[in-house]
Amino acid sequence: MTRTRIRVMGAAALAGATLLGLSGCGKADMTKQGSPFQAAGGQRSVTLSVQTWVGAQANVAVAKYLLEHELKYHVDTVQVDEIPAWDALSQGRVDAILEDWGHPEQEQRYVKDKKTITAGGGNGVTGHIGWWVPKYWADKHPEVTDWKNLNKYADQLRTSESGSKGQLMDGSPSYVTNDKALVKNLKLDYEVVFAGSEAAQITQIQQFAKQKKPFLTYWYEPQWLFNQVPMVEVKLPEYTDACAEKGAKDPESIDCAYPTTPLQKFFNTEFAKGGSDAAAFLKNFHWTKENQNEVSELIASKGMSADEAGKAWVEKHPDVWKKWLPKK
Amino acid sequence: MTAATPTAHSTAAPDRQGTLQVALQSRAFRKILILAVAAAVLVPLAHAKWSSGTWPSELTVDLNGPLGRTSDWIIDNRDSHPLFVYFLGHLSNAVVISVRAVYQFLLLLGWTGVTAGVTLVAWRVAGVRIAATALISFAVSGVLDMWLPTMQTLALMIVAVLASVVVGALLGLAGGLSERLFKILRPVLDTMQVLPAFAYLLPVVLVFGIGVPAALLATVVYAAPPMARLTALGLRGADPGVLEAVTSLGATGRQRLLTARLPLARKELLLGLNQTIMMALSMAVIASMIGAAGLGDRVYQALASVDVGAALAAAVPIVLLAIVMDRTTAAAGERMGADAATRGPKLLRGWYAWAGVAVLTVLATVAGRLAGSTIWPAGWTVAIARPVNDFKEWMVDHLYSGVPVVGGTADWAAHFTSWVLDPLRDGLTALPWWGALLIVAALAWLIGTWRTALTATLALAAIGVLGVWKPSMNTLSQVLAALAVTLVLGFGVGILAAGSKRLEAILRPVLDVMQTMPQFVYLIPVVALFAVGRAPAAAAAVVYALPAVIRITTQGLRQVDPGAMESARSLGATRWQTLRQVQLPLARPALLLAVNQGVVLVLAVVIIGGLVGGGALGYDVVTGLAKGDLALGLVAGVAIVCLGLMLDRVTQPTQRRTTGKGA
Repeated sequence: MTRTRIRVMGAAALAGATLLGLSGCGKADMTKQGSPFQAAGGQRSVTLSVQTWVGAQANVAVAKYLLEHELKYHVDTVQVDEIPAWDALSQGRVDAILEDWGHPEQEQRYVKDKKTITAGGGNGVTGHIGWWVPKYWADKHPEVTDWKNLNKYADQLRTSESGSKGQLMDGSPSYVTNDKALVKNLKLDYEVVFAGSEAAQITQIQQFAKQKKPFLTYWYEPQWLFNQVPMVEVKLPEYTDACAEKGAKDPESIDCAYPTTPLQKFFNTEFAKGGSDAAAFLKNFHWTKENQNEVSELIASKGMSADEAGKAWVEKHPDVWKKWLPKK
Repeated sequence: MTAATPTAHSTAAPDRQGTLQVALQSRAFRKILILAVAAAVLVPLAHAKWSSGTWPSELTVDLNGPLGRTSDWIIDNRDSHPLFVYFLGHLSNAVVISVRAVYQFLLLLGWTGVTAGVTLVAWRVAGVRIAATALISFAVSGVLDMWLPTMQTLALMIVAVLASVVVGALLGLAGGLSERLFKILRPVLDTMQVLPAFAYLLPVVLVFGIGVPAALLATVVYAAPPMARLTALGLRGADPGVLEAVTSLGATGRQRLLTARLPLARKELLLGLNQTIMMALSMAVIASMIGAAGLGDRVYQALASVDVGAALAAAVPIVLLAIVMDRTTAAAGERMGADAATRGPKLLRGWYAWAGVAVLTVLATVAGRLAGSTIWPAGWTVAIARPVNDFKEWMVDHLYSGVPVVGGTADWAAHFTSWVLDPLRDGLTALPWWGALLIVAALAWLIGTWRTALTATLALAAIGVLGVWKPSMNTLSQVLAALAVTLVLGFGVGILAAGSKRLEAILRPVLDVMQTMPQFVYLIPVVALFAVGRAPAAAAAVVYALPAVIRITTQGLRQVDPGAMESARSLGATRWQTLRQVQLPLARPALLLAVNQGVVLVLAVVIIGGLVGGGALGYDVVTGLAKGDLALGLVAGVAIVCLGLMLDRVTQPTQRRTTGKGA
């Protein structure tokens, strides 16, 4: 028994020595390690972050198709949520984010302080978050589109999840939202119910629409679902700088609508400064809400794969993307 | 099973059953009495000091500050602090390099080489049928246009399984040889096995950030415990007589280990390997939330766009991979046991066969290369996403609402929520906190020992201290409701299957597939059918936990001593009477095990249900991951761990209990 104990201890010592030896061989900065799957063939490669919403997938679909077919790159895509994507971008596991809805805290940390991320300018699309009701319901009750009247309709919006209150449906927890504070501060008789993911939220909206049931949901544009389920925005108290400032200090106190955000691109600093064709191309990448929606709809309601949708759009709109290619 | 035999006689003879029950009651009664006395003293104190109702805020610890600062510190120092650059950085680098090497190797083999290699190995190890399954599986993943993701998952799996086996075997070896280490390791490993996979994701993300290293390490942490556990158990279970003999022949400690103890533990080692592979595969899918890439990532991406068809296309290769690996390792275990004695000359033949496998694989690789196709040919694919989605739409259109007489699935979900989930949640939340602790203590003690009762109670108290009492009660209510449904259905089907060989034969492949299906895939169809909320989370949990419950119930009933049933029948008992009075009581240990397994599985999926509106703890974990808010996610993760621990201890009959019952 003592002999085995000595052996066990010996094994432990050996393991420890291996670790020490390993650490003796120099530094290994894990913020500079890429994905094991990227650039398998030894090609030039770019890694793009895809967020869960379809608009972001549309950006990436088109950029990927052009990078692969016009610039002969190998493109890897990684699906990550918004904030972890910033982290991955700063570590160089991702080279570019093509659509960001505004994360001041991360911008401060990575762009201004650590300088590991570089701002890449707007992608040409303007995003807007708000509350929406279906058009078929708003046509019957036009006054529902003002937040002041929402309480009158709360009983129509009851569900088993919201109990005795009306249901305000929110989507993925990762999306920017002030809805809980808004409901409280505007004294609305509503309960915020989180669908948990955008997929779940879309399924639920489609389900309600099929039955022509009323609903109130957190939603945003540009979004392809509007083409399937027409919706009308509910007017919230106007967005002002004063209100935004108050909200920045204490997120619980927000009582006005969401701002309109020009969507931004961000690049890993080394990638941006590297002077590659891909970096130049992605910097030039700039289109419109209509362009993006066209691709999004191909993906989401026509059931095309992202690659097919990117190809279809690229073939139709050479006038838009020719300008993005780096000048030789 | 031997322990149950005395009960059989007592059931058959009513006079002895009476005394048995009295004895049982008195022991239970003593425990209850002690608890009641303790409660009578402590409760008024607790009530006077803090109030009743939910967990008092004075007794909570707010971890938001420290955890938030830790996370900030890690992000700021990740590229400079020695701990990271000299240790964790190397770890992460090693993962990247090895996964990359395996991946490149798989790509080098090409689809022809990989398919031929795996098929031949399966044939060598497990026989023709499993080789055919392997061949078909790889062909199917190619046809579904999933070749590259399958290779990525395979590369990740190979490295993860190897690492898990090495880590697990080392730990197991240590635990198997040293009494003291075993005492420390055993409860830890037992506990790690009941924890939901979700709880493992956050800590590794905190340190390694999103990406393959984090995913792989989470997988290893999740998959290594069964290997360690079974290795230790196998080494300790070695026949003392054989060891004695080996020692008397003058073998040294090492010789004894290599020639006697390890070979004797072979079955356990292979079972451990099998379990490790299965757990690694299920984790590889969940780890796609933290950047594991491969098939899991395809499932996750498809779910983001409500594309059940695409999710299924990625899920099918996962299920097939799982079936091939499971069958191969299981068959290897059986074969080893069968011809262990006559292994000498066969070993030589074995080497020839292995060389043949290698040569054929190389040939297939070269053939593939010469034909110029290393990845699956693009023309040979079939898109199944569209028809699957059409079918789902049709199902939803016809079942969702307003079906005559029975009502639609959405109506059921609404009723389930308002009649079962809501009252249960409100009841649990309204329960005074000390009341909840007492109930848990009583349940755990009645079924186990004072140790398990103490663990369960402390786990529940820890949830309170962390300040997540309310969401935990919400999660608990979902678990209990889903468990009740699972048990009713599972016992029902299990009893039917135990009575009919044909039904069991039909069920078997269905259960196999259901058990290996990644949990993610269940989520979207249940949302389509049951709307967003807690009901779909519960439904997914029921579907996921059912196979295990059905299987254990069926086996338990089947193993009941036929003699006991025969004698009951000869006494003129009807089939129903035999079932109720003989079969079910005798299968009691199996039924309890089914409850225990059911609870663990249900909890795992109810947590993932946070993605479809399940709310509560699962939602907090998802939010923590998605927002990088590690304080929120970690606290919820720890609460899940505690909840899992508590539920496991409350439903886990201990050894002493099962053996003591018949006496």
